[in-house]
Amino acid sequence: MTFPESNDRRKKIGQAVMFGVSKGISYGIVALLFLILFFIIKQGIGVISWEFLTAMPTDGMTKGGIYPAIIGTLYLVGGSMLFAFPVGVMAGIYVNEYAVSGPMKRFINMMTNNLAGVPSIIFGLFGMALFVNQMGFGASILAGSLTLGLLALPIVIRTTEESLKSVDDTFRQASYALGGSKLYTIRKVVLPIALPNILTGLILAVGRVSGETAPILFTVAAYFLPRLPNSIMDQCMALPYHLYVISTSGTQIEASRPIAYGTAFVLVAIVLIVNILAALLRNYFGKKVKMN
Amino acid sequence: MSNKIETIDVNLHYGDFHALKDISLGIPENSVTALIGPSGCGKSTYLRLFNRMNDLIPETRITGKVLLDGENIYKIKATKIDALRRNVGMVFQKPNPFPKSIFENVAYGLRVNGITDKSFIEGQVEKTLHQAALWDEVKDKLKKSAFELSGGQQQRLCIARALAIEPSIILMDEPASALDPISTGKIEDLIFELKSEFTIVIVTHNMQQAGRVSDYTGFFYLGSLIEFGKTRKIFTNPSKQETENYISGRFG
Amino acid sequence: MRLRKITEPVFERLIKICGYSSGFIVLLIVIFLFKEGISFFNLSPVDEGSTLWVHNSNPVKELDAAQIKDIFDQKIDNWKAIGGNDQPIELFTLDELGEAFTAEQLGPKFEYLPKCIDSYMDSLPGAIGFFPEKQTVGLLKSAKEVEVDKVSFSTFISDTEWFPTSRPAARMGIMPLLLGTLLVSFFAILFALPLGLAASIYLAEIADDRVRKILKPIIELLAGIPSVVYGFFGLVVIVPFVQNTFNLPVGETALAGSIVLAIMALPTIITVSEDALRTTPRAMKEASLALGASQWQTIRKVIVPYAASGITAAAILGIGRAIGETMAALMVTGNSAIMPHSLLQPVRTIPATIAAELGEAPFGGLHFKALFALGCILFIITLIINLLVERVSAKRR
Ligand SMILES: Nc1ncnc2c1ncn2[C@@H]1O[C@H](COP(=O)(O)OP(=O)(O)O)[C@@H](O)[C@H]1O
Ligand SMILES: [Mg+2]
Repeated sequence: MTFPESNDRRKKIGQAVMFGVSKGISYGIVALLFLILFFIIKQGIGVISWEFLTAMPTDGMTKGGIYPAIIGTLYLVGGSMLFAFPVGVMAGIYVNEYAVSGPMKRFINMMTNNLAGVPSIIFGLFGMALFVNQMGFGASILAGSLTLGLLALPIVIRTTEESLKSVDDTFRQASYALGGSKLYTIRKVVLPIALPNILTGLILAVGRVSGETAPILFTVAAYFLPRLPNSIMDQCMALPYHLYVISTSGTQIEASRPIAYGTAFVLVAIVLIVNILAALLRNYFGKKVKMN
Repeated sequence: MSNKIETIDVNLHYGDFHALKDISLGIPENSVTALIGPSGCGKSTYLRLFNRMNDLIPETRITGKVLLDGENIYKIKATKIDALRRNVGMVFQKPNPFPKSIFENVAYGLRVNGITDKSFIEGQVEKTLHQAALWDEVKDKLKKSAFELSGGQQQRLCIARALAIEPSIILMDEPASALDPISTGKIEDLIFELKSEFTIVIVTHNMQQAGRVSDYTGFFYLGSLIEFGKTRKIFTNPSKQETENYISGRFG
Repeated sequence: MRLRKITEPVFERLIKICGYSSGFIVLLIVIFLFKEGISFFNLSPVDEGSTLWVHNSNPVKELDAAQIKDIFDQKIDNWKAIGGNDQPIELFTLDELGEAFTAEQLGPKFEYLPKCIDSYMDSLPGAIGFFPEKQTVGLLKSAKEVEVDKVSFSTFISDTEWFPTSRPAARMGIMPLLLGTLLVSFFAILFALPLGLAASIYLAEIADDRVRKILKPIIELLAGIPSVVYGFFGLVVIVPFVQNTFNLPVGETALAGSIVLAIMALPTIITVSEDALRTTPRAMKEASLALGASQWQTIRKVIVPYAASGITAAAILGIGRAIGETMAALMVTGNSAIMPHSLLQPVRTIPATIAAELGEAPFGGLHFKALFALGCILFIITLIINLLVERVSAKRR
């Protein structure tokens, strides 16, 4: 049979073009990321100073620092993890170690999936209805932390489950063979091996929570509160909400732009640090676990 | 009979791993040659030399000559590789039809190689489905997805797919190992039918199958070709001890 | 040893409870969202205690929120248009009383107010009066109260105006918000899908392993950037860009929203479709190459079709993310709740509406509940999307 030779050339050219296009688009997306990061870092870095990080906002938030927002975000991240980490890890243990496969396990997985897919504003509505009103916490660090904790829960569950799944079954069997009970095996054998990966999940959850705005809009965030919170029933400022406020609804949007860039810089820095930390942890322990 | 394919002192390395060691072998035209040997001995690797499939695996080094109709296929221009592959059909271990209709599966090779004549394609599809003894079973559902066929039918479809662009060589890598005995029988009958027109090289794990379908047999062991000859001779009176051990099932 | 016999079951019970936590939370979300959301319906669009009155001779008994707004916006100026007699509509508010009567006539403590209203209404057969507090009016002899149609699910879904603070009657039609959300999300995916697909093809099939190992985490980093930072970036870069490129009065438009949401949807689309592309069996690719197809032909004709359901799942997930995205949409789409008819005009999405208005809506009131009803709609949409994704990816297994 004879085939048109021109077709072979056309195939080659077509391939070269399409490969080039795909490559260009991929690098374009990477460039876009760098553009965003570079832009915010470039605009923000000049604003960053020790004072910016440790002073109260002044002059209608056009001057001064973002100290209360940083502290507020720390509180919220800490509070949410205090809830999400233990509950999420135990839930992950249940799903991977206890739940026998079948409709129940599928149901739990489906629910975790659904929870992960719920838009963050819905968490905000829910947190307001349940924590702020029904339970009477009012707009407070407590209510905000719990709301953020719910949002972080599926992330923690998922990473815990994945980490446990990757622990080889021989470890469990060896422990059982030595007479270890199930819980003992999980505690002393499985969890220590899975811990680095679980911690990676925790770090990523921290990254996610520290940047969330919608869930805290009505549950905790204060527009302007130039003091530190006194208790967990207090409102507080938070970095993402602060960025939103000073970039959209202040009376002096232009005057507060530098502060906005500085705040965005801090948020981006958190994301970068979190991701680098997670990658390092994964690399470092990834090797160590394999050696076992 | 002349040799369709000839390899001379071929060595192949996957990175540091020496997978084929000094293989020199001639494969006669219009016959069935079986490659046997324990798993991991390099049969598939050897088979894949002939349509340069190993090129796709990074860090692969090949030395020596692979002659097809007298031409060293590792010295041809890159633009000729498509023509080489059109000339060498391949059937894989598991049936792997494309996610397309039965018709489009068979027509695939024609289309990607620039054939656009609709009636020619239709004729060619029908002809090759007949050749692959599949026509009667699928003639009413050519538009249906190929995934709806049974495993044995899918494998015959894959053979038809390979035949449609009229290669002169067909490589088969354990084509029946994933099939039930009845489907296996049909594939073997098919191989027998096809050898008058094609040079067939088949890798198989199954001793009886090699005995049933092939004219020549090569026995591979640890990347080396231990023995090659007429199938009857290899199976009844091998000249090497390793071959005898393998044939009589003492290892592998 | 004995202690462990006691603590272990307790711990295991705790683990089990936590195991069900996500199901429990989803259930709670549904309960709290829908409790508030559903109680929205069958409320009156008029503030509690407020009343509308027309002259006794007026045959109109019932008005809906849209008619009331049109009347008070003076878009409807004759009773004939809404089934009454052919006479002009006269708007009557308490302010006008101050002009028509002296302070003496009204009484020092406004105790004669009802009487004044009565006599004033009596003289105006075409009048419609709006009184925010029933008590001050009392019962009138010359006029009768008009019934106001309750908020119904069908008006909520079909009404084309979202004007929750309009007085006397609030308009709460979800249509402009829903269309705004869908418009922005649809175009976001339209931009993101081809780019994301190309990138996932490059990562899965073209780039060598070394390049891929570098690019992949970088692209995933895009998913880690907080949405408020995207919103801010959109505000200071994309919005002015859109404004200048198209010479618009404002840059905060559906287009700006679509661009920002497209960037945000990219990592999801890329990761999910790359995973799908990777599931293509090696032998299937080789079968195509062995027939003389080029690598690109193999990608286009075999690998992409094979991964089609996974790519579909990626697109649906991306749409889901875009529909639910709050902060970025809030910051760059311009937030005007009108029926969208162009990409170059401001629109408002459902999540952005909730975020922008819940803070101002009086707790437990009509507006507050309307926002929860919006939340319900959003929740249902995301639920459908999750189910769709599940269904699509179950198909391939
Ligand atoms: N892509 C590859 N990279 C590295 N080693 C490979 C690769 N493919 C095959 N090998 C190794 O080469 C040897 C021969 O493989 P193969 O030709 O598939 O054997 P057979 O088909 O006889 O079972 C095996 O040891 C296998 O592990
Ligand atoms: Mg093999």
